[in-house]
Amino acid sequence: MTWLGDHLGDILGLTVRHIYLAGVPLILGLFIALPLGWLARRYKGLYPVLIIGTGLLYTIPSLALFIMLPFLLGTKILDPINVIIAMTIYTVALLVRTVADGLGSVPEEVNQSATAMGYQRVRRFMSVELPLAVPVISAGLRVAAVSNVSIVSVAALIGVEQLGSLFTDGFDRAFLEPIIVGVISCVALALLFDGAILGLTRLATPWQRAGEGSS
Amino acid sequence: MINRIFAWLTDGAHWQGYDGIAARLIEHLGYSLIAVLVAALIAIPLGLYIGHTGHGRFLVVNLAGAARAIPSLGLLLLAVLWLGPRFNGDIAFLLPAGLVLVVLAIPPILSGAYAGVEGVDPDARDAAKGMGMGGSQVLRHVELPCALPLIMSGIRAGTMQVIATATIAAVVGLGGLGRFLIDGLAVRDTPQTASGAILVALLALSVDMVLAMVQALIVSRGLTGRYKRVKTFDPDAGVTPPAPALQHVA
Amino acid sequence: MIRFDSVSKHYPDGTKAVDELTFEAPTGQITVLVGPSGCGKTTSLRMINRMIEPSGGRIWIDDQDTSTMDETELRRGIGYVIQHAGLFPHRTIVANIATVPRLLGWNRARAEARALELLERVGLPAGFARRYPAQLSGGEQQRVGVARALAADPPVMLMDEPFSAVDPVVREQLQDEFLRLQGDLGKTIVFVTHDIDEAIKLGDRVAVLRAGGHLAQLADPAYLLAHPVDDFVADFLGKDRGYRALSFQGSPAFSLTQEQTVPLGATPAQAAGAARDGWVLVVDASRRPLGWIESGRVKSPIKPEMLHRGGTVATVGGPLRNVLDAALSSPSRRGVMVDDEGAFVGTIRAHEVLAEIEERARPELEDQEARA
Repeated sequence: MTWLGDHLGDILGLTVRHIYLAGVPLILGLFIALPLGWLARRYKGLYPVLIIGTGLLYTIPSLALFIMLPFLLGTKILDPINVIIAMTIYTVALLVRTVADGLGSVPEEVNQSATAMGYQRVRRFMSVELPLAVPVISAGLRVAAVSNVSIVSVAALIGVEQLGSLFTDGFDRAFLEPIIVGVISCVALALLFDGAILGLTRLATPWQRAGEGSS
Repeated sequence: MINRIFAWLTDGAHWQGYDGIAARLIEHLGYSLIAVLVAALIAIPLGLYIGHTGHGRFLVVNLAGAARAIPSLGLLLLAVLWLGPRFNGDIAFLLPAGLVLVVLAIPPILSGAYAGVEGVDPDARDAAKGMGMGGSQVLRHVELPCALPLIMSGIRAGTMQVIATATIAAVVGLGGLGRFLIDGLAVRDTPQTASGAILVALLALSVDMVLAMVQALIVSRGLTGRYKRVKTFDPDAGVTPPAPALQHVA
Repeated sequence: MIRFDSVSKHYPDGTKAVDELTFEAPTGQITVLVGPSGCGKTTSLRMINRMIEPSGGRIWIDDQDTSTMDETELRRGIGYVIQHAGLFPHRTIVANIATVPRLLGWNRARAEARALELLERVGLPAGFARRYPAQLSGGEQQRVGVARALAADPPVMLMDEPFSAVDPVVREQLQDEFLRLQGDLGKTIVFVTHDIDEAIKLGDRVAVLRAGGHLAQLADPAYLLAHPVDDFVADFLGKDRGYRALSFQGSPAFSLTQEQTVPLGATPAQAAGAARDGWVLVVDASRRPLGWIESGRVKSPIKPEMLHRGGTVATVGGPLRNVLDAALSSPSRRGVMVDDEGAFVGTIRAHEVLAEIEERARPELEDQEARA
């Protein structure tokens, strides 16, 4: 494992870039998906349109999307912004449905009583519906996070550096060690993302644990 | 640029020959079909069995999550580099690449089949047993048809995964539409790269739409909610006799 | 006849769901198992078709020990209806009903013809045949569930809270139609419910179970109401037992008071002429009672919406409870009695009904000696 020892610094750098390329789209995607999901929930006719539309986006293979975006956006093909945008699209595609279903999981009587207490629509969304939808949205976010980490590695093929670059480097030099280190790092990073979201969700939803331990 | 991509795509010469668009398209479909078929043959029976008996439930639940975390590019290159030298000729990359395609398609199909059976209304299952159906009859007459929507979702997700990974597999020498992307990138032939990307995206979209149509055909309308609106003539409507003020005690 | 012979169900963790249960469910009758949750009534029911295997004792159907029978054959000979119907969501209504005939190898045409016949039998329009369960209301689904259980004409029916998940109005309808259907078919039925009123209404015999699967009491409903064997059964039966017991006593040929009636559209003068103690009964062209009206308030020809809507009517010869209720609920204090066609025959006062009740021998008390 001398290769690993010699390249720890490089791997750390690639990991940071990987976190950036997979993490930023997660946050951007969530903020775009929240209003879209709310719209899909609020206007019944929009739901199928948004779900089918985002579903179609999700079918586009990542490599094809990475390559098409520069032409659609006029960016340079090596610009990491393409990867950020592609990953944001995938995140939104996954999360719109989750947000809509999460809001749908809020018991109707809770919404009714919030309205009866005089909550205005936006206020009610922010302080009642959204918090109660957090467990469902969080589950979707975890799926998006884990697959983002995995998909980002494909960007190595278009020359955007991150942990996936270890795969192509290793393959070009017919050298297994970088590939194995890369796969393990990717999986570890995915678990890290997953754990972080899980932890944040637990902090944000103390009522979810209210029943625990009493039985 | 758009014009150059359009020109590349509409150039008849690019469509013909062993490395033309038509041949690559058929290759891509062929790999994907075989991989999904093999994966389905393994995953559907296994998923039905696990859903029906409940044995090995934890396996499915964890497998689907874990599979998502594994980078497909890394797995692919690792398989070819590791297994390839043990074989000669085209098999050296065909077999490992095919194996990876199958392995990546299994988890979504498996969890779809499992979740489909698991989610069958327990009352329907109870009624089926109560009327004397044996285990395999319950599976065939009730669980399988009711699980079809989720089985089909699993197959669609698995197919998309396979089409995307087969594209990437051009890196290790596999044919298919991925060739245009990978070769185009290598020689900086932008129109070819972009055309390849468009073709791959169109292929994925079309295949998903075909599968969606198959799903609509084979899934019972009782499950999808897309029933014909039957307008029934109700002879009693509108001519209900006035209710007497005195209620008869039954 | 279904016979439980010291049947027990004990689980490995030590819980006793049913303990040494012995009783008979006679052929052609409805035997209701009733009790609070955890009394083992559903477990007992499901042991009959071996959805749950007993851990001790034997269950006999006629003179066959069910444990020696082939499971599939046993179940195909028993209709099974459960709380949420458990219809197959992917099959049309007609295909749902035809399930067991098809399993028995009937051809499609015959099975469907039978299914359509049953659809009508349970009071659903033929237009429902090609619909899917999701298109039906809960009550309609439950009717389909009953039709499906009847499809192969099994002599025995097991019903597990079949009417519990529908709203009270529909439930009463379903109960009435179920009794009518049973009147025609005469199946041997074991019926599980947690609702004592349903048990008393439907059961030829009612078995009250207590927690742990012990039989607290088994009797016909009238006897049960009159003689709860202990505090548990008495509490479970609830209040108004004396009044409810009157449901099971027929009324004699009361001598009824004749009334002058008026039709709809009668004038104030006609109403005043026919009224007694200020009230007059309005009837339709077939002399069916429509409602009472206070003659002093009639200022214009009588219209339906002016009628008092509080009273009930009772059929001559019907249960004493209905006769008494007709008198008690009448605004004029005169209970309206009708014949079998629903035509008005006369009125009766509560004290006359009570006098009859007071004088009457207590058949259920005599029963006790006979049974003791």
